[in-house]
This record gives sequence, structure tokens and C-alpha cells, in this order.
Amino acid sequence: MKNIIAKTLKLTALAAVAAGAITAHAQEKIVIDGSTTVGPISKAFADFYQESHPDVNITISESGSGNGVKSLTNKACDIANLSRFMKEAEFKSCVDKGILPVAHVVAFDGLAVIVNPENKVGALTMQQISDIYTGKISNWKELGGDDAQIVVVSRDTNSGTFETFNELVLKKQDVVKGAEYVGSNGQARTRVNTTKNAIAYVGLGFVDDTVKPLSVEGIIPNAKTVASGKYPIARPLFMFTDGYPKMGSAVYDFVNLHLTKEGREIVRDLGYVSTCE
Amino acid sequence: MNKTHKDRAKELIMDRHNSARKAFMGWLGRSVLLCITAVPTLAIVFILFFILKESMPFFDNLGYVKEFFTSTNWAPSKEAPHFGALSIFYGTAMVTIGSCAIAVPLGITVAVCLSEIVSPRIAQTFKPIIELLAAIPSVAYGFFALVVFAPILQNHGGALISSVIIVAGIPLAALASMPASEIAIGRLFKGAKQTPKTILRWGFAIAFAAIPLWAGFSVFSIEINSGTNALNASIILAIMAIPTIVSISQDALSAVGRDMREGSLALGSTRFETIVKVMLPCAKSGIAVAVILGFMRVIGETMVVWMASGNSLKIPEPFYNFFEPVRTLTATIAGEMGEADQSTGSARYHVLFAMSFCLLMTGMLMNAASQWIGSKKSGK
Repeated sequence: MKNIIAKTLKLTALAAVAAGAITAHAQEKIVIDGSTTVGPISKAFADFYQESHPDVNITISESGSGNGVKSLTNKACDIANLSRFMKEAEFKSCVDKGILPVAHVVAFDGLAVIVNPENKVGALTMQQISDIYTGKISNWKELGGDDAQIVVVSRDTNSGTFETFNELVLKKQDVVKGAEYVGSNGQARTRVNTTKNAIAYVGLGFVDDTVKPLSVEGIIPNAKTVASGKYPIARPLFMFTDGYPKMGSAVYDFVNLHLTKEGREIVRDLGYVSTCE
Repeated sequence: MNKTHKDRAKELIMDRHNSARKAFMGWLGRSVLLCITAVPTLAIVFILFFILKESMPFFDNLGYVKEFFTSTNWAPSKEAPHFGALSIFYGTAMVTIGSCAIAVPLGITVAVCLSEIVSPRIAQTFKPIIELLAAIPSVAYGFFALVVFAPILQNHGGALISSVIIVAGIPLAALASMPASEIAIGRLFKGAKQTPKTILRWGFAIAFAAIPLWAGFSVFSIEINSGTNALNASIILAIMAIPTIVSISQDALSAVGRDMREGSLALGSTRFETIVKVMLPCAKSGIAVAVILGFMRVIGETMVVWMASGNSLKIPEPFYNFFEPVRTLTATIAGEMGEADQSTGSARYHVLFAMSFCLLMTGMLMNAASQWIGSKKSGK
């Protein structure tokens, strides 16, 4: 009797060790860190990818572009998400540590400047938009509209949308103090839809017929003008890897997911512009 | 039930055998209950400790502290950040005062009405409905403020406010004219006859009623540029604070003994005099607690102000302009939280805790005040 028990125990232990070894071998891990703007794409990609590859373990942190680079430099992540290109100093410190950063553009991020459909103004220049948000222009009259004070609506400084707008349009100048801040793209759209004299900016995917997107520098914002680079308030979104990933590896699949049909749809659903437009 | 004496004796002996075990069990039970009671207390202590610990790095840096309380330059994401939170403190104060100005008189009036004026049956119908207001999630209030109330304020704000002033103001002014006219007649026209007195009373009533009418018409043409402003947030917060104020004030009023009320009436006081001179003073400590709890509900509310107040970083011009957007401490914490880098322990992270600390201090002071008022013997 004792013998049997001992045997069973031994067998169980062996089986457990074997099982552990097998799973440890099969489990591939992708660690992703970086921009909060690219974060949603990573998350959606990860959800989609894990459906077909349940054995791949994907961890995503959103600590900002700068920290993403730091992670990559310290080999703490496999993919660094950046909403801008890598700075020279960052690139250098990577190379110094034996890491060769390779950029993959996974999507374009375009922002539409929206006003109420009743607003007469239909086109603005980058300078005019910048002047509105820095407080130099405060009345629609100065832009050819009605004599009414402009209600400036901005996204909260927390958001990647704000970051993009602040860099591309305001060139990092301060937003006028009287501006209102809203917590989401949808809320910005609601404020513009219900407020006749409001102006706001939202991700391209959030433009619908309740608001009027302005043409900027004469270019109407849509997926085509963003992807072709004509529309000025747009930027590419990057994933950086150490060297080009080994073909067939999980990281390789992941950074090329945006090229597949499903990947393109995910990008579009999130309100970004696919690189394949 | 046919126990003999022998059986009873046996039970007693067994009890004695069990007594050590029972004593232990009793001790264990008390200990377990004490531990469970200690959990929330410890949680509060830890929260206090954590907020204090995380806000200290900010307060240690004296250059920031002066800016924090005196400057309106709030630019936390800059390379050289600025943490001037004066406009945020101002916004918090403005919204809090605004909503208390609406909720306190309204809440106490409703409480008086429910406990003194209407029949208990009607009171029992109304009170649960008012208390139900407290059960609506704050994000639902915020959504209402943003989607329904803000456009109304923008498009018909002047008309809405003027009609509220006229509809509510005229009856109130007419009521207020009664004691005023009595005092005036008593002082100035003591010897006058009945007819001139009546004319005077009517004159007073009309003059008083003209005030809200004039005020109402003068605000009619006001145009509100943006519907998400201090007024919007104040009104919605007032609605949220009213159940607290009504419920606790009414309990305080009901707790005043029948003898006080009936004694006052028996001495020949009118109902009005009984309420104002007897009931309210007797219940004043309870009402004060109600007001403070309502105040705390308002100052700590986040979701509604984040959605309804507009979150602008400017002190309104002129300073009492409730039609301009403002930002509160709570909304700032909610809005900046995600960007504050916890791992690097930046000033931007600690400043949010400094704000929490200020809110916490206000709350604790208010709580202490309510305890102090509550512990005092009510009445004169």
C-alpha cells in the first residue's frame, strides 16, 4: 500500500515538472511599454492576437513615449510605443547599450478641428487655430463669422490627443486660461454639437454629422488626406523594436498586424488612420 | 417541561464545566468583532498616512508651496512646470458656496415643511422620494448636466433664470413684506387709522413684489456663452446635497419634543413664530450638522464638476460671475491623474496629493465642527 502511494506521488511530481517545462517552453512573451496614444492600438492588437495565439503572453504598460524608450534601452520591453520619432540622444543611448532601434509605423493619428454646424466659418489656417487656442483671437467676427465670443474647448492635458494638438498646432505654447477642458473625444463633440460658438478638436474617427470639421490650410480632414500627408494636423505612430524582429516570431507578427485586414479595421475603429489608406 | 430538581442541578454543574470554554468563546467573539471594527478605522488611518506621505515632498519644496496658493499659473506638463492652483481653489470655493447657497435654504425649508407643516402621511410620501435623489449615481447627474442642462442654459439661460426669480421671488417678497410693513406701521404710523394702515400694507406688498419682478426682467436678456459653468455645477451639486440636508434637518426637527411645540402654541404663538423662534433654535445643532454634511458632499464631488463646470483655469471676471467655467480641486485630480508619473515621483504626482491633502483637511475641520456642534447641548 505504501509503495503505491509513493509511486503515485512520484508520478504526479514528474508530470507536474514535465508540464511546467512544456508550458515554459511554449510561452512566448511580449512586453510593450510607451505612449498612451499608441496604447489603445497595442491593447486592441493584443486582444485580437491572443485570440488566435493563446500561448503568447502580452503585457502592456502606458508610461509615455519617453519612458517607453527608457524601457527599450534597459531591455525591459520588446516593443516601445512612441507617438513621435525617437530623439537623437535617445537613439544614441540605445546604440551605446547594444540596442538597434527599428521603427515600425503602425498608424497615423489625425485630429479634426470641429465647430457647430451652424457656424459660418468653414476653413482656418494653422496660425488662426493656434491664435484661437492661445487667446489671440477670441471672437468669431475676426474669422469672418458672427459677432460672438469663441468658446474654446480643449481635451484634458492628460490625453494623447491634447499632446498631439499641443505639439503640432500650438508648438507647445500655453492654452488660453479661459479654455474649457473635457475628458473625452465624445464629450468634446457633444459640447460642440450643443454650443453654437464652440470650437474643439477630436480624433478623426469621432467626426460625424453632428459637428462640422474645418478644413485646415484648405485641406479637408479625412483618412485619405491624412495618409497622404496633405492634412497638417497629423502624425505617424511608431512601434520601436530592437533590430528587425525575427520573421515568424510573435513580435514580428505583432508589429506587422496593422497590415492585415483585421489590423486595418482595428486601427480604423479606434479612430486612427490606417497606413494602407 | 417536567424537569426534576436533580436535572436542573445537573445542568448547572455542566454549565460550570463549560464556563472556561464559554469565557474563552466570549473573549474570542469580542476580539473578532473588535478586529472587524478596527478594519475601517485602520483603513482611514492608512489613507491619512498615505496622503500625508505623498503630499509631503510637494510641501517640502517651499518655492512650489508659495506658488501653489498664490499664483494662477497652472502648467504642470511644461519642461519648467508651474503649479499655481489659486484659480482651482477659487473654483472649488465658488462652486461650493454657490451650491450651498441654493441647497441650504431650500433643504431647511423642505425639512421644516415636511416636519411641521404637512400631514405626516404626505411627509412620508415625499421624504423617500427626496432621499432617492441621493441614490442616483453622480455620473448620471454629470451626464444630465452636460447633455441636457448645459444646452438649456446656453440657449434659454436668461429666460430660465428670470422666470425662476419671478416665480419664486414674488410670493417670497410678498410674504417678507408682512413683517416689514408691521414694523414700519408700528414705528412710524402708530396713531393712524385702520384704512390707511391697510393701504400701507398693500403698498408694502406691491413694492416688495416689484423687486423680484425688476430683477427678473433685468436678467432676462443675459446671454450665457457656455452652458458648462459654475452655475450649472452649483445647481446640480445643490440637487445632490439636498437629500442629505433635508433628511438630517428633518430628523433634528422631529427630535424636538412635543412639549416645546405645544408649549409655544399654548402660550399664544402663531405657527410661524413657533417654527422660527422655538423649533429652529431647538434643532439648530442638528441643522448645522446637516448643513456641514451637505457641504462635504458638495466639496468632495468629482464626476459632476468634471463634466458640468467646464474645467477652465481662469478666475471668472468679475469674480462673482457664475456664468463662466471654473475648475475644482477634485476635477483637477481626476483629470491629471493618468499623466502624473507615479514611478518617477515627479512634482506633478505629488501636487495632486497636496490637493487631496487640502480637501482632506477641509473635510476633517468640517467634520470636527459638526462633532463639536453636535456635542453641544442644543437650545439656549
